[in-house]
Amino acid sequence: MADNKALLSVEELKVYFRSEDEVARAVDGVSFDVGREETVCLVGESGCGKTVTALSVMGLVPIPPGEIAGGKILFRAKNLLDFNDSDMQKVRGNQIAMIFQEPLTSLNPVFTIGDQIGEAIQIHQTATQSEVVERSQQLLKDVGIADPAQRLRDYPHQLSGGQRQRVMIAMALACDPDLVIADEPTTALDVTVQAQILRLLDTIQKMRSMSVLYITHDLGVVSKIADRICVMYAGIIAEQGNKDAVLKTPKHPYTQALLASLPNREKRGQRLYSIPGTVPNPAYKPDGCPFHPRCQHTIQNCSEQYPGMCDYGDGHHARCPVLFEGGKGNWCD
Amino acid sequence: MISFIGRSIVQKIITLFFVSIVSFLIIHLAPGEPSQVDPMNPKFTREMVERFRTEFHLDKPLYRQYLYFFRDLFSGKTISWKDNQPVFKKIWERFLNSLPLFIVGTILTWTISFPVGIRSAIFRGGIYDRSSTFFAYLLISIPGFFFAYILIIFVVNQFHVPVIGMETFGIGDTAWMNRAMDRIWHLLLPSLLGATGGIAVLSRYVRSQMLEVEGQDYVRTAKAKGLTPDQVHYKHALRNALLPFVTMFGLILPGLIGGSVIIESIFAWPGMGRMAYEAILARDYPIILTLNFVSAVLVLIGTFISDLLYLVVDPRIRL
Repeated sequence: MADNKALLSVEELKVYFRSEDEVARAVDGVSFDVGREETVCLVGESGCGKTVTALSVMGLVPIPPGEIAGGKILFRAKNLLDFNDSDMQKVRGNQIAMIFQEPLTSLNPVFTIGDQIGEAIQIHQTATQSEVVERSQQLLKDVGIADPAQRLRDYPHQLSGGQRQRVMIAMALACDPDLVIADEPTTALDVTVQAQILRLLDTIQKMRSMSVLYITHDLGVVSKIADRICVMYAGIIAEQGNKDAVLKTPKHPYTQALLASLPNREKRGQRLYSIPGTVPNPAYKPDGCPFHPRCQHTIQNCSEQYPGMCDYGDGHHARCPVLFEGGKGNWCD
Repeated sequence: MISFIGRSIVQKIITLFFVSIVSFLIIHLAPGEPSQVDPMNPKFTREMVERFRTEFHLDKPLYRQYLYFFRDLFSGKTISWKDNQPVFKKIWERFLNSLPLFIVGTILTWTISFPVGIRSAIFRGGIYDRSSTFFAYLLISIPGFFFAYILIIFVVNQFHVPVIGMETFGIGDTAWMNRAMDRIWHLLLPSLLGATGGIAVLSRYVRSQMLEVEGQDYVRTAKAKGLTPDQVHYKHALRNALLPFVTMFGLILPGLIGGSVIIESIFAWPGMGRMAYEAILARDYPIILTLNFVSAVLVLIGTFISDLLYLVVDPRIRL
């Protein structure tokens, strides 16, 4: 999987959170690549480690209580985990930018939009005040905000939710990053605004040829924007592959169950499928495959041995040996 | 904006009116009468008491007394019952004495609490945070009068400087420099002592405010932009953490009067707090009531200032 052409390559990342007497293994050996100009979706339920994975790439996991317990995060073939604080600072916002979930609380209420976008430009680039204003206006125009000169003087509370998310996107784009991490950017918005923002992200990505790591729990969004999909469950990657492969021929029981629980026209009037049980507490995960207590295909070995990745070709991998070639899958990587 | 100021002034005048009634009633309902403070004194004959009562309208119904008092107050003719001195003159003298104590104490409190609180929030859980927490609770727990005597003993023994009163007796004849230094020495200890409690409490409050703000999403956004830690802490976090202190800043004004009774008593400092205390013991109603009225005015001015300051520092507030 260590493809040298990948822009970002996360290898066996482990992020643990220690408290008094337990260790929550929030991210437990996650590997995936994001190629240039590619959109990769990290999908999973709340608490499966999506956001922690993203924050580790940004170097924003709070340490302590967090702890990077192992693995590598290669960005342009350099391991970000080896970077010191000031090196990491030059990466953040400049080469990797992040868009957060809550546009309402993610903008600082006491500074103007212009100030907040401007400082993102100034910290990484040398520009005069008038250049900064000019660029900020251009950015706001790019993200589809009317009357940018006036909006720059506004405070966040004077904008609507959709506009604030556009401002967040403008801020992320300020230094023309190579990779944008979007952490559920549309969750807090209503459906029409959500569609607009998704279209906007798509346009901008093509315009600026960026890579996007998109984090969401919404399979509807995934089917619209993803090139490749990583399905996460309880801190591991259950399945990853190209969008069509994963959505049309899912190979992991968890992905299959997720897709089965989506409503669609044929199921009209029927009860929706739901996965029995709940997501395990990250501090007390079951042995073996973390999904086995909820899985329909469980065999004896599932609770004893940690399952290995099974290769279906064309970059499609699933961590379920039971369903691989009639159950002849290997149990180790 | 103009309408807010107008509305606010009218509201505050109404409040003041009710405050004046309530404080007047409370003081008159309190046990003891000015004319009977010292019944054992042989000079206080029945006739004397009667004359006292007539002279100061104590024989009139309460509402008449109320009107007389405020008539005198607003025409500036209120006099102390104890020594027939004009009340405003007495208060003004004491005010000038209290002012340096108050100013130095306030400056010490605010300039020390903020760096201490901010630093312990940024390095929470570290040695600095733990030791400042320890000292804060230590200073909160030590009774002011006890701590004052420890400090006095220490300073007098170590530096051989006088600390009681506003200046050393008889120093008026010496050179200007000596007098100034003497005043500063006298000022230092009481204001430091007045500040310690404030520093302990305020620094804890700054710390918790700062901690709360550091966990906000916009601070994470600021970090994600690649700002330096200083920019994140001192620009994005601090600016938001400061907002509640604007309210507090307006409310320190009334501290001018009641804030330092104990310290003024210990250090024999002829300030307003001590005057109020002595007036209460002597049932000197004009002084008590005037001080009460002035401090009510100070409270209202303080809240008015903090409303205006809020307008400046928080863009979300529109009046």
